[in-house]
Amino acid sequence: MQDSPLHPFELHPYVDISLFGLDISLNKAVIMMWVIIALATWFLIAAGRKRRLIPTRLQSLAEMFVEFIQGMILDTIGKQGMRFFPFLATLFIFILFANLIGLIPGSYTVTSQIVVTAAFALFVYAMSLVVGFAYHGVKFLQILIPPGTPPLLLPLMMPIELISQLARPFALAVRLFANMTAGHTILAVLFGMVISVPLIPVSPGVKIALLIAIALLIASRHKVLAATGILGLVGMYFLIAVLVSVIWLRWLPFAFTIAISVLEVGIAFIQAYIFTILTCVYLGDAINLHGHAEEAH
Amino acid sequence: MDSVAAAFLGMGMAAAGFAGAGIGIGFIFGKMIEAVARQPEAEARVGKYMWIGFALVEAIALYGLVIAFIIMGLRK
Repeated sequence: MQDSPLHPFELHPYVDISLFGLDISLNKAVIMMWVIIALATWFLIAAGRKRRLIPTRLQSLAEMFVEFIQGMILDTIGKQGMRFFPFLATLFIFILFANLIGLIPGSYTVTSQIVVTAAFALFVYAMSLVVGFAYHGVKFLQILIPPGTPPLLLPLMMPIELISQLARPFALAVRLFANMTAGHTILAVLFGMVISVPLIPVSPGVKIALLIAIALLIASRHKVLAATGILGLVGMYFLIAVLVSVIWLRWLPFAFTIAISVLEVGIAFIQAYIFTILTCVYLGDAINLHGHAEEAH
Repeated sequence: MDSVAAAFLGMGMAAAGFAGAGIGIGFIFGKMIEAVARQPEAEARVGKYMWIGFALVEAIALYGLVIAFIIMGLRK
């Protein structure tokens, strides 16, 4: 029973597939990713099918989502950022659905694998580099020079800025991965506690005394007294040994699991938002260098 | 000291580093409450920065957690 707390994150392949020596077998994470893609695609297509002027609830949900991402892009990058809208909306909705679906018991949180989050983070960072070099050419290296530094300090500032730039994809990946893994590990440990807190033991002497009392009641041939006496004794035994230990002691970790599950739903939204807005900030840095996003609302 | 005991000690020490993150998160939310109390119209703009700041501070705590997991994986 004392498994490693990371036990729920193990992946077992259902179908082994190997491509040129790389292992791309089907496991729970792959199936969950298909489920996420199917859900997101269904949601957006179904919401946009009939474009009523007065939107239905599903359509207004999708409209809120679009406005949210649009506001985020316009705040950080400005008008030119809207060409990245499909990419950023996909990123946000995938990470959000991945985090949320993992909270359903029996499913798997895809973003709790460092491989998945590192793939996202590296792609996002590489994209910001490509966009920066495409927009500005070699002058993109200006991004390493904070505005207003005296030229004498440059040889000192540039390595520091380079390191802080390189920390960006690393931090992006680890932040999402660690948040999801930590949340689910806490849930796994607490649920284990709900089972492993011991029942209150009842000593054999008490059990023998109870049996003797029941035997005496039956021997007294007084039907009403025997019936109520036996019911009372058995009821009290049940109450003390089973219900009290289960309800008194085990309710506490269970209440904690409820509270932490609610927290995890909030963290799922926050982490998806943080990943997307940091992507917007990095893209905005690449496009605007050290300038400001134009006010374009 | 055998390596399992040293690993447990290391994990505990890595976990003790979360104190800084606790202080940081409390600081951010305290400042946010103060800011909204001074100027309620600023809530939307400052609130956006608050959530970003909170996630960045919490990330530091989680780097410590990752180190604890690395130590746990490396024992024996």
